[in-house]
Amino acid sequence: MTVTGLHEPVRTDSGGEPEPVVSVASLSKRFGDVEAVRGVSFRVAPGEAFAFLGPNGAGKSTTISILCTLLRPTSGQAAVAGFDVLEDPLGVRRHIGLVFQDPTLDDYLTAEENLRFHAQLYRVPASQIARRLDEVLEMVELTERRHSLVRTFSGGMKRRLEIARGLMHSPQVLFLDEPTVGLDPQTRAHIWSYINELRVREHITMFLTTHYMDEAENCERLAIIDHGEIVATGTPETLKQAVGKDRIELHVDDPAEAIDELRDEFGIEARLSEGFVAFHVTGAEEFAPRLLTELRTPTRSIRIARPTLDDVFMAYTGRTIRDAEASASERMHSRSMARARMRR
Amino acid sequence: MSTTALAIGQVREPGGGLRDELAAIAVVWHRELLRFARNRLRMVTSLVQPLLFLFILGSGLSSMLPSSGHVNFKTFMFPGIIAMTVFFTALSSALSIVWDREFGFMREMLVAPVHRGSIVLGKCAGGATVATLQGIVILALAGVVNVPYSGGLLLTLVGEMVLMAISLTALGLLLASRMTQVESFMAVMNFVMLPMFFLSGAIFPPKGLPAWLSVVTKFDPLTYAVDPVRRAVFAHVQGAASVKQALSAGVRWGHWTLPISVELAVIAAIGVVMLALAMQQFGRTE
Repeated sequence: MTVTGLHEPVRTDSGGEPEPVVSVASLSKRFGDVEAVRGVSFRVAPGEAFAFLGPNGAGKSTTISILCTLLRPTSGQAAVAGFDVLEDPLGVRRHIGLVFQDPTLDDYLTAEENLRFHAQLYRVPASQIARRLDEVLEMVELTERRHSLVRTFSGGMKRRLEIARGLMHSPQVLFLDEPTVGLDPQTRAHIWSYINELRVREHITMFLTTHYMDEAENCERLAIIDHGEIVATGTPETLKQAVGKDRIELHVDDPAEAIDELRDEFGIEARLSEGFVAFHVTGAEEFAPRLLTELRTPTRSIRIARPTLDDVFMAYTGRTIRDAEASASERMHSRSMARARMRR
Repeated sequence: MSTTALAIGQVREPGGGLRDELAAIAVVWHRELLRFARNRLRMVTSLVQPLLFLFILGSGLSSMLPSSGHVNFKTFMFPGIIAMTVFFTALSSALSIVWDREFGFMREMLVAPVHRGSIVLGKCAGGATVATLQGIVILALAGVVNVPYSGGLLLTLVGEMVLMAISLTALGLLLASRMTQVESFMAVMNFVMLPMFFLSGAIFPPKGLPAWLSVVTKFDPLTYAVDPVRRAVFAHVQGAASVKQALSAGVRWGHWTLPISVELAVIAAIGVVMLALAMQQFGRTE
């Protein structure tokens, strides 16, 4: 967890740790009564793949919108590629690419026309546009469809085209807001192979938001965000190690009774999660036989799992991401509000 | 880090500042034209209404009126119909900004490294170009309504169309600048379009109106767009001077009949104000 201590001055010397390409300190955003982001601080190093992991409504999209200068922070600082988001928004925009959660292509233009529009808006030199077009279209395997109207594309093709467009001007940081949400697993895997390939080829920093655990696993470092606050930061491995404990899930006839018994007899705080009684212990393999012998509540099945990012999330927030998604439905209101504002 | 910065520098046209903004205006303008060229249906349907007014309403009304010294009623309506075509096209082309917002493309432009004002200017240039082109199609029918194809007249009319197209597109953009739904913009458009059209003197001389309404016509921007076109056309058609005077009396502020130059200045001023307000409204960030 390397990301605290943000109030120390940013290093400018070339030795030691490189200067962060994204640096955020005590950032907050409020929409009326709703505090969507509550004082988050983090840094992203050049070339890193960094993810915000959290349920819908946790403040991920709001934070990305602030970093991309589409929203103004209520308080705190944020700098991207060395430019302050409030003082030099155009400087920020010149050095970033952005792939939005909702489609932002012009359906009535062809794939190539969409890319050309972008290249000209970002002032890619005319002499390089053709070569760059070929490169990015090839990378996302849309070369054959370059002259087709975008309205004839599938959801996955559109997302690939958006990624290609975000790369047209060779940005320093590529922001991807839920890059694979709503896509089928095969397309998701495809898109991830593009993302990883181009990170190597283009040497760019990736900043993405996701609520998929497997997607977060693809990243070098992640911040877990919940209710607008960062609750943990680290590599997927260190986060899992920090949780340490294995997860046990029991399928029982009477969950309430089992939870009481676990607390009274074993001193374990268990929770009901998706119909299972779930809790964390160290050395689950040794503990399980003793548990099954001594537990009086009838048990139908037992499942033991090594820590996953879901457990990390649970350890820090007290719920799984999916539970959080369910209870986040009332906060969706504030999220759609935020989005309506963004469109202006 | 330095190598990255170098790579970035290589893929960006030098210049910045004003040249970036001009490039942005050009590319937004180009997209509007591409989209218009692709939408043949819109091209055709937006000409149907003016043609209906000119040939059906025009013929019907002229049969009711006594033949007035060689000046056909359709000749009288023709300048109004040109203004109508430009006005309707200009206003509805502002719809594209609401469309972009509702269907997401707006964010692609908002996050680009250009000022939002440039997006508005590009939209205005695009809408005005389309509106002028549509006006020119109607203008091509001049011979059918006894208006001569004189070089000087055509040039004057195209110039006046460009000016009104810019100002009226700017008006549309201002109306659209804070709207998030295509449907609500349509409602506002219908609310604005016909009253402005009827009060402008496009299809009948406004002097027949009751006093209070003729005051209202002075606040209708379209009044100052229709009149210069009509005066240019009437200067080139045959007919008794008294009849021409009755049908093309000019716009009066009190006892002062506005010269054409002042009318054009009024249109230009309206355009500048509308555009400035639209840019200001559109430029706000939450």
